[in-house]
Amino acid sequence: MAENPVEDSTPAAAPLVVLSGVNKHYGALHVLQDIDLEIVQGEVVVLIGPSGSGKSTLCRTINRLEPIDSGAITLDGRPLPAEGRELARLRAEVGMVFQSFNLFAHKTVLENVVIGQVKVRKVARPEAEKTARELLERVGVGAQADKYPAQLSGGQQQRVAIARALAMKPKVMLFDEPTSALDPEMVNEVLEVMRQLAADGMTMVVVTHEMGFARSAANRVLFMADGRIVEQNTPDAFFTAPRSDRAKDFLSKILHH
Amino acid sequence: MGFLFEDDNFSLFRDGFLQTIELSALSALLALLLGTLLAAFRVSPVPVLRAFGTAWVTLFRNTPLTLLFFAVEFGLPPLGVHFSHLVFGVLALGGYTASFVCEVIRSGINTVPLGQAEAARSLGMTFGQTLTLVVLPQAARTVLAPLSSVFIALPRNSAIAGAFSVGELYSVQQTFSERGYAIFAIFFWVACAYLVISAAVATLFRVLESRLAVAR
Repeated sequence: MAENPVEDSTPAAAPLVVLSGVNKHYGALHVLQDIDLEIVQGEVVVLIGPSGSGKSTLCRTINRLEPIDSGAITLDGRPLPAEGRELARLRAEVGMVFQSFNLFAHKTVLENVVIGQVKVRKVARPEAEKTARELLERVGVGAQADKYPAQLSGGQQQRVAIARALAMKPKVMLFDEPTSALDPEMVNEVLEVMRQLAADGMTMVVVTHEMGFARSAANRVLFMADGRIVEQNTPDAFFTAPRSDRAKDFLSKILHH
Repeated sequence: MGFLFEDDNFSLFRDGFLQTIELSALSALLALLLGTLLAAFRVSPVPVLRAFGTAWVTLFRNTPLTLLFFAVEFGLPPLGVHFSHLVFGVLALGGYTASFVCEVIRSGINTVPLGQAEAARSLGMTFGQTLTLVVLPQAARTVLAPLSSVFIALPRNSAIAGAFSVGELYSVQQTFSERGYAIFAIFFWVACAYLVISAAVATLFRVLESRLAVAR
C-alpha cells in the first residue's frame, strides 16, 4: 500500500475549489451550515462523519447537483453559474463518481466512456474511442469494453464510472461514497484505482467510510457532523488524536471492532 | 356481403380505407412528435414550458374529440387559417392523441432511475442531451406497451373525421347506408377494415418491443 507522505503545508497555489458561507436546507433540516472550505490543486480531501451529517450533500454542491440556499462556490476562480448551458460547461470540468455507479444502462462500457467526450467535449469519435480504451485499460477493465454495464461486477462498474469521469479531463474529481454499494471483496480494486489517481496528482474530494483510504491517500480529513465541518486535520493527526468530542465518539464507534 | 363487389362500391370502400390510413398515419406522426415534445416540456426545468405542457394535456385530454373537431373546423377558418378537411382532421386528432402520448412518455421518463440523469448532467450534458441521449432511449422500452394502446385507439377515433367531410372509412358506411344496402353487411366490412388496421399497429409494436428487448 503506497503511503503518501502527509504534507502539513499544502502547495502554495490559488485554491481550485472555494466554498464560502454555504448554507442549505431540506425543509426544516439545516443540512449545510456556514461551510467554508478551500481545496488547492492536487489536494485529496476526505469527508467523513456520521450519516446525515451533510457530507454527501456538500460533495454534490461542488458541481451544483445540489443547489445551495446561500453562500458562494467558485471553481478555478469562476463562480458556479445558474442552471443552463454555462453550468453544463462547468460540470464537464468536475468529474463525479456516484455510490450507485449510474452507468448508462443502454450503452456499452466503451460507449459510456465515449459519449461525454463526443457530445460534450466535441472530440472526434476515433480519438474519443482511443482515449476511452486507454482509460478502461488503466482502471483494469479493458477486456470488458463491449459489454453492457449490467454484465459487469459492481467493482468493475465503478471503475468504468471512474474512467467515464476521467475521460472529460476534469480539474477535480468528486467521489460520493464510491465503495459503499460494493461487496467487500470489490472495495479494494476501486480504492486502488483511486489511490493511483491521488498519486498522479488529481484533485479529489472523497466522501467515504473507508478509514484505511483516508489514512493512506488523503492530504486532509474533514470531519462533519450536523451540517458543520467540526474538525479538519491531516489524517495522522486526526486519527491518532482527534480534538473534538464528536470526532472522538465517531472514531471510537467505527475503529473498535 | 356480396354488395361490396357490385358497381363502384369496392373502389369507394378502398378509397375510404386508404383515407383512414392516411389520416391515422399523419395524426400518429403528429401525436408522437408533439407528445414527446410536450413530455419534455413537462419535465423541463423551465416553469413556462411545464405550465404549457400541463395546460395542453388538461385541455386536450379532457375535451370530447368531437368538440375538438368542431373547434378546429369552425374555429380556425375565421382566424384566417384555411386547410383541407384532412389537415384539419389531422390537427384535431393529432393534438388530442398527443396529450395521451405525452402522459405515457412522461410516465416512462419517471421509470428511469434519477441517477441516470444525474450522471448525464455531471458529465456536462445539457437538459436536451440528457433527455435525448440518456433518458428517452431507456424510457422507450417501458413506454411501448401503453403507446400501442394509444395508437390502436387512434384509427378508431379517426372515424369522427367522417362527420367533418373527410371521406374516410366511416363516411363510406354512411354512403352505403344511403344506397340502401343491408346494415349488417356494411358494418361487417367496415369492422373488418378497422380490424386490419388495428392488427397491423399491434404487430408493429410487438416487433418493436422484441427489437428493443434485445438491445440491453
